[in-house]
Amino acid sequence: MVSGLIPTRAGLILLGLCCALVAQCVLAGDGQCYVRPGSRAAALDDCVAPTAFMRRNHMELIKHQRDATVHQGIRGTRDSLAGCIDCHVSRAADGQPVAVNEKHQFCSACHAFAAVKVDCFDCHAAVPRGAPLSEAAGGMPENDLRRTNQ
Amino acid sequence: MKQQHPEETIDQGRRAWFGLAAGVTAAVAAPGVVLHLADAAPAVGTEGVPVTAAARWGLLIDTNKCLEGCRDCVDACARENGLDRQTKPAAQSSAAWADQRAVWLRKAKLADNLTGRVTNLPLMCQHCEHPPCVDVCPTGASFKRADGIVVVDRHVCIGCRYCMMACPYQARSFIHEAVHDQLTGVPRGKGCVESCNLCVSRRDHGLASTACVDACTAAGHGAIVFGDMKDPASPISLALKAMSSRQLREDLALNTGVRYAGL
Repeated sequence: MVSGLIPTRAGLILLGLCCALVAQCVLAGDGQCYVRPGSRAAALDDCVAPTAFMRRNHMELIKHQRDATVHQGIRGTRDSLAGCIDCHVSRAADGQPVAVNEKHQFCSACHAFAAVKVDCFDCHAAVPRGAPLSEAAGGMPENDLRRTNQ
Repeated sequence: MKQQHPEETIDQGRRAWFGLAAGVTAAVAAPGVVLHLADAAPAVGTEGVPVTAAARWGLLIDTNKCLEGCRDCVDACARENGLDRQTKPAAQSSAAWADQRAVWLRKAKLADNLTGRVTNLPLMCQHCEHPPCVDVCPTGASFKRADGIVVVDRHVCIGCRYCMMACPYQARSFIHEAVHDQLTGVPRGKGCVESCNLCVSRRDHGLASTACVDACTAAGHGAIVFGDMKDPASPISLALKAMSSRQLREDLALNTGVRYAGL
């Protein structure tokens, strides 16, 4: 009985270690960098929260903020989809912003890797278009400014 | 005869194995647990102030000052809210497009058959205190904010269009086709209903008025007054006190936030 159990235990331990190793490798795959060179985010060390946190929880932050904004009118806070796009959008050679959901861009590249469909941009602009209102701006942007990114 | 069980001995090897297994599991799982505890720290949504019922936003429209053929408010609304970016689907007739394109604010003409008097007025969501669109919405997408603005939460809207049928003012529009060039401040997507939201992002940023009011004032007509109907000192409250005004479809007792003078 005892002599039969030991090889089984050793096997299980080995299997467990192998699983742990595989899990670490998958986590390492997470470590790929999807931030586009030339975007404002590329020059920063961290997003609004540490990168590892943002990778796993950005959707929760955006969803939380979305409900707060739509139902309670809370704007101008740290988390906003417009803020994400503003910082993560990259620029083409002609200086025009490239949609974050275009192939190989910030959002789509990682979502393709994770095989998660991103629905945000069915309704939301994927490039900064028309400056959002803010107290700092003090009013509406000029019409020609709102047309620059057509 | 009573059966004698052999004395059970503790299998130390088994105990050691469980201990080892628990240790390995903890070692693998712990970083995740610790990470999640650390992650809970950043507070979200603590900045900004939720809207309260201390204000109720409304409009007072003096139809005597609203000119026939003037579309300043309509154009300003379309520009502000990206409605001028809509394009007609190639397969659609012009008549169908005119009927189906999203419009938040339209000019209406009222004719009194007895006297022949014609009245022009801008017609938009009336921001009812008891909105029928909210009553019929099956998902809670159509709702009234604390400050009286009736809004569609398009994250929850399923596009059933009950609200469009319930609205006595035909104030709501449905987006039939995929949209690609939305403004950042005004999201818009296929399959959702939308309507005038009293320039809600201007409200949240504390600006003084709406796009239609600004345009009407800038053109020198001054036919629309915007403000807080609960503040007795606000321009709209003073104007409502000074002149006679009516609600459209008063018989429905919806207590609209948009009032009309000169009807």
